[in-house]
Amino acid sequence: MNETLTILQQNLGQALWETFEMVFISGLIGVIFGTIIGLALYYFASPLFSPRPVVNTVVGFIINAIRSFPFLILMVVLIPFAKWVAGDPYTPMGGAVSLTVAAVPFFARLAEGAFAEIDQGVIEAARSTGASFWLIFQEVLFPEALPALIRGIVLTIISLIGYSAMVGTIGAGGIGNLAIQFGYNRYETGVLISVIIILVIIVQVIQWIGDRLAAHFTRA
Amino acid sequence: MSQIEINDVSVTFNQKGRDVKAVQDVSLKIEKGEIYGVVGLSGAGKSTLVRTINGLQRPTTGTVNVAGVDITHANKKILSETRKKIGFIFQNFNLINNRTVAQNIAFALTAGGYPEKQQPEKIDELLGRVGLQDRKDTYPTQLSGGQKQRVGIARALANDPEILLCDEATSALDLETAEEIITILKDINTRLNITIVFITHQLEVAKDLFDRVAVMENGRIVEQTTAYNLFARPQSDMATRLVNRFLTTQLPDDVIHWLANLPGRILTLKYQGDDSLNPIITEIARDTGVEISILQGRIEFIHNQAIGILSVFVTGEPEAVIRAITAFKTKVNSVEVTPK
Repeated sequence: MNETLTILQQNLGQALWETFEMVFISGLIGVIFGTIIGLALYYFASPLFSPRPVVNTVVGFIINAIRSFPFLILMVVLIPFAKWVAGDPYTPMGGAVSLTVAAVPFFARLAEGAFAEIDQGVIEAARSTGASFWLIFQEVLFPEALPALIRGIVLTIISLIGYSAMVGTIGAGGIGNLAIQFGYNRYETGVLISVIIILVIIVQVIQWIGDRLAAHFTRA
Repeated sequence: MSQIEINDVSVTFNQKGRDVKAVQDVSLKIEKGEIYGVVGLSGAGKSTLVRTINGLQRPTTGTVNVAGVDITHANKKILSETRKKIGFIFQNFNLINNRTVAQNIAFALTAGGYPEKQQPEKIDELLGRVGLQDRKDTYPTQLSGGQKQRVGIARALANDPEILLCDEATSALDLETAEEIITILKDINTRLNITIVFITHQLEVAKDLFDRVAVMENGRIVEQTTAYNLFARPQSDMATRLVNRFLTTQLPDDVIHWLANLPGRILTLKYQGDDSLNPIITEIARDTGVEISILQGRIEFIHNQAIGILSVFVTGEPEAVIRAITAFKTKVNSVEVTPK
């Protein structure tokens, strides 16, 4: 028990910070680029805008291809790429690279769905005012899709926290790494359990915040 | 030149490899300031047709001219400019749910290039016109259907349009609320001289609102006439069906069954409402020797002109009944004999 506390005291703060770093960077980039790609997928599929089935199919194919990689394999395949981008692939920054590559197509599909669910009639009404696409995006697509986008962000962050544990096992650090190194390799069951409890709490809190935010932006 | 000219427009959709002709060879001329109705059953192509007027739907063949501009071949910029001159209101209101009433209208103003600083004043003016000044900061979900449609009208009027397109604008509302909306539209039409194109399957709307009307069936216009003539003298089968469904004083089934066992025929007479039928009925009864009993009747006003509908039961010698029917046919607008 004392040993567990000592290990946690010495490593937990650092591990949490590393996990945060990885999830924050990959989540942020994933949401930004995922939204752009999701919007493009929607734009080129919707008969209300500019349907270009070829563009939609090609982009959709690439996204599906990346998403069909089991994350463990994606991570290993991307080690050279992570090295090129972040210098050392076995750091939180290196780990964030493969997480980002996984997050972008994941969130792109969620964003596409969020836009596609908007009532077509509202968009038709917006188009009939003669508004530009940019104005329609700002004033119609974005506010109407926002609650669904927030739920998508929550889902993405929670998935990334899970994946970040996997990145930890190949040495990128983080809370998953802590659990494996001490809890599994050194039979410190106390550390393992503590990490699980912390993860459960973190996920619950994120979900709660996300639900509150989504509800706040829904006026229906 | 008419304000809206639709020339030989056809719209064909490709649905799962099959060509569906939503609109076929439609030509219409709609004049500035008139309220033009398009009626027909759902699926007749009305919605598709009205969408060709603001370019939301491109015709497969044919052209559409709005205020002298051929919008079928217009580029994006001209199309966008034309749309600002055409307001559109929808059956399901189509307001942005996560934006307030004021923001919904501000959207249309911004789209039309209205300076942001002057928007609040214009929004107040627009909401005043539809009687919703106090609901500026409300979200659409907190409004009733009728209030939502008023916001829809305010939004459609934001850029001082010359034309207002209404797609089943009252169909999702109860009759009383629909009448309020119709009153607002009439008021807008007279005060601002805005041309209104209104499509609907509700004949109640047609009788109160339209100056002229086109009847659509299977993508084609089968009849163009004035609102009064649509009710008084429908020509096409479709118009007759629509009008009869609206005007017929449907007798209770029990009464029809009971009368079916008696010798005689049920007639539905349609006549110019300001003529009195009394002398005619007395005259025909006397001349042909039949007995005529009145089952029920009503009078509808279409643009202040009345149409009377009267159901009568004619009994007597079979030949006398036939003579009576023939006599009625020469005296009233239409005679419908309920088959036995």
